[in-house]
Amino acid sequence: MNNPQLNKDGELQHLLTTEGLPLRIMRDILDRAAGFLDLDEGREIKKVPLLHGKSVFNIFFENSTRTRTTFEIAAKRLSADVVNLNIGSSSTSKGETLLDTVDNLCAMHADMFIVRHSQSGAAHLIARHVAPEIHVINAGDGRHAHPTQALLDMFTIRHYKKEFHNLRVALVGDVMHSRVARSQIHALTTLGVPEVRVIGPKTLLPTMVENLGVQVYHDMAKGLKDVDVVLMLRLQNERMQGAALPSGQEYFKNYGLTEEKLAYAKPDAIVMHPGPMNRGIEIDSRVADGVQSVILSQVTFGIAVRMAVMSTLAGSKA
Amino acid sequence: MNIHIKNGRLIDPVNNIDAMLDVFIANKLIAATGLMPVGFVADQVIEAQGLIVCPGLIDLAARLREPGYEYMATLESEMLAAVAGGVTSLACPPDTDPPLDEPGLVEMLKHRARNLNLAHLYPVAALTSGLMGQELTEMSELVDAGCVAFSQADAPLIDTRVLFRAMQYAATFDFSVWLRPQDSFLSRDGVAHDGEVATRCGLPAIPVSAETIALATMLTLARDTGVKLHVCRLSSAAGVEMIRVAKQQGLAVSCDVTANHVHLSEMYIGYFDPNCRLTPPLRSLRDRAALRAGLLDGTIDAICSNHAPVDEDAKQLPFAEAESGATGLELLLPLLLKWAGQEKVTLIDALGRITQRPAKILGLDAGHLSVGAVADICVFDPETYWRVEPGALKSQGKNTPFTGMEVQGKVRYTLVDGKVVYRYLDSGFKK
Repeated sequence: MNNPQLNKDGELQHLLTTEGLPLRIMRDILDRAAGFLDLDEGREIKKVPLLHGKSVFNIFFENSTRTRTTFEIAAKRLSADVVNLNIGSSSTSKGETLLDTVDNLCAMHADMFIVRHSQSGAAHLIARHVAPEIHVINAGDGRHAHPTQALLDMFTIRHYKKEFHNLRVALVGDVMHSRVARSQIHALTTLGVPEVRVIGPKTLLPTMVENLGVQVYHDMAKGLKDVDVVLMLRLQNERMQGAALPSGQEYFKNYGLTEEKLAYAKPDAIVMHPGPMNRGIEIDSRVADGVQSVILSQVTFGIAVRMAVMSTLAGSKA
Repeated sequence: MNIHIKNGRLIDPVNNIDAMLDVFIANKLIAATGLMPVGFVADQVIEAQGLIVCPGLIDLAARLREPGYEYMATLESEMLAAVAGGVTSLACPPDTDPPLDEPGLVEMLKHRARNLNLAHLYPVAALTSGLMGQELTEMSELVDAGCVAFSQADAPLIDTRVLFRAMQYAATFDFSVWLRPQDSFLSRDGVAHDGEVATRCGLPAIPVSAETIALATMLTLARDTGVKLHVCRLSSAAGVEMIRVAKQQGLAVSCDVTANHVHLSEMYIGYFDPNCRLTPPLRSLRDRAALRAGLLDGTIDAICSNHAPVDEDAKQLPFAEAESGATGLELLLPLLLKWAGQEKVTLIDALGRITQRPAKILGLDAGHLSVGAVADICVFDPETYWRVEPGALKSQGKNTPFTGMEVQGKVRYTLVDGKVVYRYLDSGFKK
């Protein structure tokens, strides 16, 4: 089976998942993102013409503000023309199929699609369908993958911890339904993190999750012991209806990240969250806003990482 | 019309024949095998040098999509696919629109199939009205109309009292009940086996317990009611073991597996290949090994195609939204031969799984080439290889997980009621 995100020369053609993403490409993206950041100033460099004359289409079949906005800012800093489409409120509600929508946008001379969809595999489907000169970036497909989020998380970890090979990282919460978690796990294991843990109740951990290369914990005290990085996951309210959890309060009691639980981690451990946060459900405000939280840095770095991904793709041959 | 099939290798599992014998057909029936009967004058001679002559294949599950889903396939396109695959008799499940729950519908379907003069059609009627799982269908009327068994197809039957009564009622008249074991709660929204691949791909999953819980229910009720139970489309190792134990305990239960499940596992989903969106889901390699072991030791009686043609548009969707199903009638024989080759099973034994044993499950006097039997015959070249491509398939459904793969075994002639209904001229290629 060919890796659908690489072209025949092994260059990145699409960014669909961090699974099977070669280490050299992952490192290149992180290095390139660092180049976009003026670290002394703590902000991104000004506009660069790397995507000048290119059309980037943000097609979001599922609502998102943050991810769409950061992609839009990143594309504009690369001098691309950006078109935003909230398909959730247009074509598909009129019965148009996903690929018909894509065909129509291709006819408008799109160079790059940034796709979010509620179904796992949607970005793969589009990538298989489009002409070879068009690039697809998966901005989240169902429960499957959210590779730019994972890459910006890796960037953040590298920024604060410098290396990956000596880290202990814990993911906390709803791994089952989380595309972020899957992408983080693949990225962490590819970058050589020796110990990746997942912590959550059995109802929120998928079958054979250990086969992804993680250690499974159900208890925060044990799971957070001596970790360097805590990756919190968002808990959707639907989980209570599906009988996966009794209540938000009980979840917070067992798995909500409080200062008390964070104390099990290393004193210099950093806390991350992909947002949007449910304060008082998965994370206590004192932790979210505390000194160990790097949540807002994640957002800032997200723009540089997305610039790096887009410019990498634009540089690959069709 | 007298037909002489000469120089072929005759394989007839029922009569335990595997020998170079000619076949003579007169008045729709097998007149003789071996020596030409006195006074026999052939109107047509089929040269079968290097070919195998066997009973026409019998498929326990082929969706023809009529009535109601003609955009996916038609009776005519799929009956042509059947004979192109050497299938001379097939059972179709009742999940049409409307479902096969009234004698009139069944009669119409049988009538239309007869007029096509291709394969014999044996409808399986709905066990409950509209497949809704609440009220029984008029089983005796449906049998008079030509139904061979009763089933829920893939529709759930949640109410166990209704299931119990349906089995009791069917048992009263010695009717067969065919059920696919799947608990509807545990399988809700699921599209893939609850294992490594679903976890990696983030696909809603169906655990094995969805099969075993439903299987425990139906085996228990079959024991209590004495109904003739046929378990359809087994998918898991645990399911095979339950059937094995039930058979050892003397329960009159039979079961089948799809040709896809004999060869494939969840791994084939790869990067969300919608051709591998199948019902039941493709399970783990361990499950596949157990299904194959179950076939070898006879726990699983038959292999079916589970033919379910789907229109292309319905597959060009994200995995979970893609329509479940694959075309299969024309792949049944090649996939059986592939299995037989891999497992070192003799041809006579292997062919029994798609002739003799399904005939028994259907309660038909078919699937053999005894003198006096109806001449439903498949003549195939076991050495021809061909590539599975849309253009190579007669079925209107072109989707199959085997697309692009090379398979072995090509049907050259299919005879139904002593008449050649399919003939393949191009000899393909040989290795």
